[in-house]
Amino acid sequence: MSGEDRRPPGGEPRNDERGATRPASGDEVTTDSDVEAAIRENHPALISYITAGDPSLEETKAYVEALDRGGADLIELGLPFSEPIAEGPTIQAAINRALDAGTTPRGFFELVDELETEAPLLVMTYYNMILQYGNTEAPRASEEASGARRERSEGLDDANGEAVSGQRPRAKPDVRPFVERAAETGLSGIIVPDLPAEEADPLREACDDHGLDLVFIVAPTTEGDRLETIMSQVSGFAYVQARLGTTGARADVSSATHRSLARLSEYDVPKAVGFGVSEGDHAAEIIEAGADGVIVGSALVDIIAEHSAAGSGTESQNIAQHGADGNTPAAADLEAKARELKRGARRGAGAEDAPEPEHQ
Amino acid sequence: MSTSESDRERDSERNFGDYGGQYVPEALMPALQELEDAYERYVLTNEDGFMDEFRDRMRDFGGRPTPLQRADRLSERYDREVYLKREDLVHGGAHKLNNALGQVLLAKYMGKERIIAETGAGQHGTATAMAAAHLDVPCEIYMGRTDINRQRPNVYRMRMNGAEVNPVTAGSGTLKEAINETLRDWATTVETTHYVIGSVVGPHPFPKLVRDFQSVIGREAREQIREKAGRLPDSVVACAGGGSNTMGAFHEFVPDEGVDLVAVEAGGSSLEIDEENALAPNSATLSTGTDGVLHGAMTKLLQSGDGQIVESHSVSAGLDYAGVGPELAHLVETGRVKPVSVDDDAALNGFHRLSNLEGIIPALESSHALGYLEEAHDELGEIVVVTVSGRGDKDLETVLEETEKRDLEAAPNVEVFDS
Repeated sequence: MSGEDRRPPGGEPRNDERGATRPASGDEVTTDSDVEAAIRENHPALISYITAGDPSLEETKAYVEALDRGGADLIELGLPFSEPIAEGPTIQAAINRALDAGTTPRGFFELVDELETEAPLLVMTYYNMILQYGNTEAPRASEEASGARRERSEGLDDANGEAVSGQRPRAKPDVRPFVERAAETGLSGIIVPDLPAEEADPLREACDDHGLDLVFIVAPTTEGDRLETIMSQVSGFAYVQARLGTTGARADVSSATHRSLARLSEYDVPKAVGFGVSEGDHAAEIIEAGADGVIVGSALVDIIAEHSAAGSGTESQNIAQHGADGNTPAAADLEAKARELKRGARRGAGAEDAPEPEHQ
Repeated sequence: MSTSESDRERDSERNFGDYGGQYVPEALMPALQELEDAYERYVLTNEDGFMDEFRDRMRDFGGRPTPLQRADRLSERYDREVYLKREDLVHGGAHKLNNALGQVLLAKYMGKERIIAETGAGQHGTATAMAAAHLDVPCEIYMGRTDINRQRPNVYRMRMNGAEVNPVTAGSGTLKEAINETLRDWATTVETTHYVIGSVVGPHPFPKLVRDFQSVIGREAREQIREKAGRLPDSVVACAGGGSNTMGAFHEFVPDEGVDLVAVEAGGSSLEIDEENALAPNSATLSTGTDGVLHGAMTKLLQSGDGQIVESHSVSAGLDYAGVGPELAHLVETGRVKPVSVDDDAALNGFHRLSNLEGIIPALESSHALGYLEEAHDELGEIVVVTVSGRGDKDLETVLEETEKRDLEAAPNVEVFDS
């Protein structure tokens, strides 16, 4: 694979040449995982996170494109869930803004469908969102077909205003409709912060069937047998949680990061470190400590929050403020932040004078 | 991926049929395994005499056993034998201490240095603060800002017992936000801290652990009714929010197939869900909820079509939760437990009726069970056990306010106040 647009043409599902089982740790130099390839080919990689729909899906589109331009090698998009137990205050607030703006899974997938980025995209969301997708009485799956239909991304209910849950039992939850739709829109992977390996079988099988990576988180408390189990299931990359607690920008790199990377050094899978990374110097230190990539979320979300603090976060107001052409001040700042982080990462890899990564 | 034999065995232990499991961030998994281990050693096999100490402390500090009292006027009114399991007489005024003391003691046995807990109405928070003071363990309680403002006396009780109370401002500032925040604290401090979860909810092993500490309710009631009535009851009626009082009352009776188990939920003002505003004007999760994952477990939930958790409502703060214990969801699914609901008015009438007829002021939570007794006593058989999960003194302000808005048949005339 080369550094061209890795997205399948026309949003067709990718061919999955991968079987249902993966080697525990590969000697393979080649990979059929977009996610793993993006990290290996752009080493050291910058992985960025923002919450979709904060402050609107339209602006998210501009922000993703800006991160892509700024050198992000993978982009995680948060699909907002009302109870984000793994997030600190920054991303909680972003999720609340996105929910207040009426962000729905349907609108999220429409956005992903429209996006054309060089960096593969992943969705980061909580398990209940995956379980419920397409699992309502209204035959939403058929409504997903393209064509004229009501825009639902304003949080409105079906035209008749009828409650779609709570009145009659629904079918049992199922992860497949979500994974199918994710593959269809060209997403490359899924990260689920409240899904430990013990509960991941149904989702992993669905992801394998559709050629998506299911990224697992390795915590500072993950050791011994648990570490073995998780590392044997890793696809894409191992998400190394830099410190205990929740997401959020911090002023330093935690010592737990170095210990975790040392524990993982024997495993031949890409390792990316997140939770608290906010500056180029952090990126440098983490790459120097042996990571293959850095994951940055809250520091980017902070930039978005600063720019939408003036407005109440409604789409129309923000467009009035910045225009909807993607040249928002936030987008420019995000692009600059991505460049700073990518430069930091490259510094950590000893590429002090390396030229800027060339993106279109 | 094929799972090994031992994995499958563990699976069956982690779940109750389709419900339960451990849907938590990876950082918490080792702590849950540590807790599973402690649960097996101390609770299930009484290692180091843990259960003996727990029972002794519940007797001397907690005031157990609680009576099973025949309610004479209710028996006459409904033309059947009505017995009340008096958990309102437990120290602190509710069944909550059974679990709180058990878990704080367990934390000590595990060598944990600090206790954290969530609270909604404040009952679990006050029980945990009392237990932590009694056992001399530092304790922090997370409580939604809205609830803090609604439940000032309970906040002060916790502070008097030496607990920190941390306001949670996220979302609607109620119980589910308090649980979210306590989970976040735990994910940070997991190595030194035990999270005393307040009901039979959350990831395995919490639902089993809390159920086992609360099952003393049903174990006592089962012995007491045999002594008083010479046989098992035809039905046991208990209110259900998260389900700790319900599972506590039902657990020992589950194998007794002749005993009907009725879980009474808060019907609030309506059983509909308002999707547009993400509101459910009720907390009737077992009756109307759908399957999903919340706070670490697959269970029944009040949620929107997309899977967002909605705000629940009940006149009784202690029942006001959008989820329910996974084991209770399973017992409903298999038909062993019958879920029913009564609305705010029926609960308020139940509150007044028991006060007036029996001289017992029940908690608004328990009042739902009494409201159901009024509505459906004909279906409950000859001998009925009703759990009075707590006392109602904490609810008087709410009841005064709500009663003024309504025309309740059982409410007293309060012309004595200057209008």
